[in-house]
Amino acid sequence: MTRIAARTAALLSLLLITLAFLGPFVWVLIASVQPESTLSAAPTAAFSLDNFAAVLTWETVFLPLINSIVISGSTAIVTVLVAGLAAYPLSRFQLRYGRHFMLTLLFTTGLPMTAVLVPVYSMFFRFNLYGSVPAMVLFLTASSLPFSIWMMKNFMDGVPVSLEEAAWVDGAGWVQSLRAVVGPLMAPGIAVVAIFVFVGQWGNFFAPFVLLDTPDKQPAAVTVFTFFTQYGQAAYGQLAAFSILYTAPAVVLYVAVNKYLAGSFNFGGSVKG
Amino acid sequence: MTIATAPSAAVTGSPAGGPPRPRRLLRWLLPMAPALVLLVLFMAGPILWSVYIAFTNETLTGSASVNSRFVGFDNFVRMFGDPNFLNSFVLTFVFVVGSAVIGQNTLGLIIALLQRGRGRVTRGVVNGVVIGAWVMPEIVAAACWFSFLAEDGTLNTALGLSQEWLYTAPMLAVILANVWRGTAFSMLVYSAALSEVPPDLVEAAAVDGASPLRRLLHITLPLIRRSIMANLMLITLQTLASFGLIYALTGGGPGTASQTTPLYMYEQAFRYFEIGYGSAVALVMLVIGALFSLVYLRLIRVEDA
Repeated sequence: MTRIAARTAALLSLLLITLAFLGPFVWVLIASVQPESTLSAAPTAAFSLDNFAAVLTWETVFLPLINSIVISGSTAIVTVLVAGLAAYPLSRFQLRYGRHFMLTLLFTTGLPMTAVLVPVYSMFFRFNLYGSVPAMVLFLTASSLPFSIWMMKNFMDGVPVSLEEAAWVDGAGWVQSLRAVVGPLMAPGIAVVAIFVFVGQWGNFFAPFVLLDTPDKQPAAVTVFTFFTQYGQAAYGQLAAFSILYTAPAVVLYVAVNKYLAGSFNFGGSVKG
Repeated sequence: MTIATAPSAAVTGSPAGGPPRPRRLLRWLLPMAPALVLLVLFMAGPILWSVYIAFTNETLTGSASVNSRFVGFDNFVRMFGDPNFLNSFVLTFVFVVGSAVIGQNTLGLIIALLQRGRGRVTRGVVNGVVIGAWVMPEIVAAACWFSFLAEDGTLNTALGLSQEWLYTAPMLAVILANVWRGTAFSMLVYSAALSEVPPDLVEAAAVDGASPLRRLLHITLPLIRRSIMANLMLITLQTLASFGLIYALTGGGPGTASQTTPLYMYEQAFRYFEIGYGSAVALVMLVIGALFSLVYLRLIRVEDA
């Protein structure tokens, strides 16, 4: 095969793959701006924002999105605080069981959270925590911690100890040192972990679906599903509009941290612990 | 641990260069306490709790909801005697092998290989579309595929067919949807791995007359084998526990034709409120996940953690 033929074949294959991947997107994008959209993806020339106007009500979009922001946001904030504190001794001191602890965390990231939710549900039921948003946030925080502590420690390792020494000489303890020296220096890392946790919980469907009792507490992940099963057939354009409004924040945040995440896909060398 | 960057704080524990600290134990226990408490209460606790209730007949309704009792291995005997559980097990295996091991893994590798040496615009467009499917929340992905596969949806229109895919081929449908959704992860892993393959090695083989296929099989793939194994483990773990996508697309149906183990577990625990039995199923899933996770830990080299 000549070089040009190989190049053309590669480009054609990529074009084909891209078109195949575009297929399932087509409907959402088209249906959301069609005045009377059905399940069919056949487009008409008509363009309208009626679907967006129709779903932009308190119960359909605003309350679920606010719930999503509260649940994902508080999980992200608590996770960053708790993981940041935990990462400090792991990064700065030679702990006897530090390595075991880090390996256990890595092991935990592999466990199926879907399965953990059955006993969590049973415990919440027994201790009257079923339906409690704060209790669910604490569970979501715990499930985000292993990966977050791991990431935080790596970012903290990048802050040289020498920069802290000046603070110690001035009599600062580890709390001041962490807050005034290490924290600001690893701000981009903290933002990456926070956004990573936020986006992960933004899409989380199973936990709120199982742990929350009333519709007014549910985040958008669950209300999109309810909308889909209840009115999906009849109001497809509205479902598409709702889906776009719900997906947009995740996409924007992903783009924001994209370049920082690039390194985390490299398993070829070694995972830095 | 960062012996390299924190030599003074290491081993001795003397305040020579380290922060002033009251006690050796407190200096690490205090900052780690919130994390340890949360992990014990909401992770280790539920897992141990599931070990306990998996051996009881606990339910949320009926008499066993107040007086659950120890039933030994009854739940496990019942599980492995239930054709629906065994069916779910086989379907989970098919789902993992079909969508992750074969689908996402191979397609991700192919896209990463095809993208090498392409221009920025080409890479940008392909990455944008593939990663877009991955960033999208799983429920929206399910809604996309529901309409894509509908009787007069995009796929049938494009192929000129009239099929109710979700009824006639539910497993194929959820496998394709999961390949679409998850390929980006493998693609990113392989792009990173391939960028570290020295080009002169491959070029030398080309000069020696090795065909592109031989270069791939004998040089490139062996060089990235560690990434391949790590990727296979990670996507297997993610796919094993997959719930939302299948649940929203088919609900496990028609009948139990696409009811993988997480959906079976959901039905038993949350629809029939058989928490004891559901926990036994969860425990089996946890053990399988733990085994894969251990293999994963062996595969990656953890540098002085």
